[in-house]
Amino acid sequence: MSNTKKTLAVAGAVAAALTASMTAPVQAQAKEKCYGVSLAGKNDCAAGPGTTCAGSSTVDYQGNAWTLVDAGTCADIELPDGRMGSLEALERDLPQG
Amino acid sequence: MLDASSHKFDRLPDTPGVGYKPQHFSDIMEAPGSVGWLEIHAENYMGAGGRPLAQLRHLAERFAFSVHGVGLSIGGEGPLDPDHLARLKHLVSWLNPASFSEHLAWSTHESAFLNDLLPLPYTEATLTRVADHIDQVQEVVGRRMLLENPSSYLAFAESTLAETEFLREVARRTGCGLLLDVNNVFISATNLGSDPISYINAFPLDLVGEIHLAGHDEDEDDHGALLLIDSHGREVAEPVWALYEHVIRKSGPLPSLIEWDNDVPDWAVLEAEAARAARVMETVAS
Amino acid sequence: MIVDQTEFRSAILDPEAARPEGLTDGAGRPAGRRFDVYRNNVAVSLTEALETAFPVIRALVGEANFKLLAGAFLRAHPPASPLMMFYGDAMPEFLANFGPTQTMGYMPDVARLELMIRESYHAEDSTAVDPADLQALAPDALMASKIWLAPSLRLLRSDWPVFSIWRFNTEDGAPKPQMAAEDVLIARPDMDPAPHLLPPGGGAFIAALQSGDTFGAAFEAATNANDSFDLGKMLALLIETNSMTKIGD
Repeated sequence: MSNTKKTLAVAGAVAAALTASMTAPVQAQAKEKCYGVSLAGKNDCAAGPGTTCAGSSTVDYQGNAWTLVDAGTCADIELPDGRMGSLEALERDLPQG
Repeated sequence: MLDASSHKFDRLPDTPGVGYKPQHFSDIMEAPGSVGWLEIHAENYMGAGGRPLAQLRHLAERFAFSVHGVGLSIGGEGPLDPDHLARLKHLVSWLNPASFSEHLAWSTHESAFLNDLLPLPYTEATLTRVADHIDQVQEVVGRRMLLENPSSYLAFAESTLAETEFLREVARRTGCGLLLDVNNVFISATNLGSDPISYINAFPLDLVGEIHLAGHDEDEDDHGALLLIDSHGREVAEPVWALYEHVIRKSGPLPSLIEWDNDVPDWAVLEAEAARAARVMETVAS
Repeated sequence: MIVDQTEFRSAILDPEAARPEGLTDGAGRPAGRRFDVYRNNVAVSLTEALETAFPVIRALVGEANFKLLAGAFLRAHPPASPLMMFYGDAMPEFLANFGPTQTMGYMPDVARLELMIRESYHAEDSTAVDPADLQALAPDALMASKIWLAPSLRLLRSDWPVFSIWRFNTEDGAPKPQMAAEDVLIARPDMDPAPHLLPPGGGAFIAALQSGDTFGAAFEAATNANDSFDLGKMLALLIETNSMTKIGD
């Protein structure tokens, strides 16, 4: 692309982007809502885990045991590389941490 | 942008508070009920920005805050993490909370943080270490801190001091205050077969700046003895309320926190627990 | 009998290890399963942290498998800091080497995407430029300018359909992923970060801006990467997500 063509392309793209963003739904209509958890009924997953100062009464502290137990959605994903469809069963012991 | 530190609450009010959970933000702003102040875990507010800090800026306009650290590892054998101390100092300077507290426990050793409050033996050696660490914290953070009594599932054969003696002596050496977790007292006494009332009677209540109340679960040990788990996942148990009333009779009203960290309920349920703490304080006062 | 924290820590993380001696119940008998309360608290709290941190990895491998995977991960990589919101940065590497997930080439990038969403959530706040400032600049001046991107913005360039896999596991009725390399922009217009699939060439454009190239150089890099690069679409995305914080020299 020549410089002139590029310049024209940029001018056109800026105009198109501004038009597109103006017709897009208005962001943050209610700013106050954003301080709360915005998506009703949905956990604020993106926050990630927090700390704890409580213990647990759910017992689960097994070590490096691995047996295939259930199937996740990976079994539904068929990508060209046939090996990628699902989890591998493991025949050997896992390396120790 | 609001500067949270401009809103000054010099001390926590002698009313109930709750452990703050983000899902309660709107409820707290609209209908705090008997809840007069909020506590946060320091470590969850050490990001650079985003919603967590924005919420605090707003809440801090209306509520006094307690910053409660869960990750400093004051009872650790190794030195305190200077990076983490610096983060605490930053958060406390920014939010300017009415109170800052941490635990008599360890959680980090050889750079692994285990996300649990682990126990330590009570000896002259650990007393010196804990007091040194608290001196360092108070110097870096630039304010007096409160130290919380732990919940115990076991004891150390090597311990030579009672927990109340240990806490009293740490406070004497460092000038720190204490945070009395009444549920922890009940759990430890049940688990180790001692008397919770005697523990309270031996506790230096004049140094207490805050009280914690929480729910616990039941399990049992190898001999079938009751083993209480400090799960913070349900209402405060009746005997813990009774013990709390005993404390308030001796101490007078104190800032009293309901902690509910697992299976966090709707605001109304949490607020009802806070209202009960308020009623205990009112009953005792009248 | 003195129990040091090295021994305590090792026994907590290894459920097969003997419990430390010198720990008792209230009557002086060996602590026995009382010690396991700490083992359990640590394992459960870190497993729950990983479940919160990696919801898509969890959906991909299944709930029960994830618990086992988390058990192996937390012992190999206990948190290095008390900032649990960032726990799991070793997960991509772990998934690449963990036997059962080793052959699932896309797993590490899915974990990277989940880490980036969290980083974005906790990143510093910023104010977006007024889009009119873009138009106010003559095209030549814009070409010579640099664009500063929001601190909450992240770019993931993947050889896998990582955005489609993320969407398939988070949105009801999303289409099944098809094999394709995908570049993903994680942007936070205000408080909530979200991943966006970049148009062809978009990954090269953002990467160039991130490395401090001028707008013109980034445009060139993008068209070199893909000659159908749609600058208008790319800019519209950056404007809509409040991702540009400064235009200047």
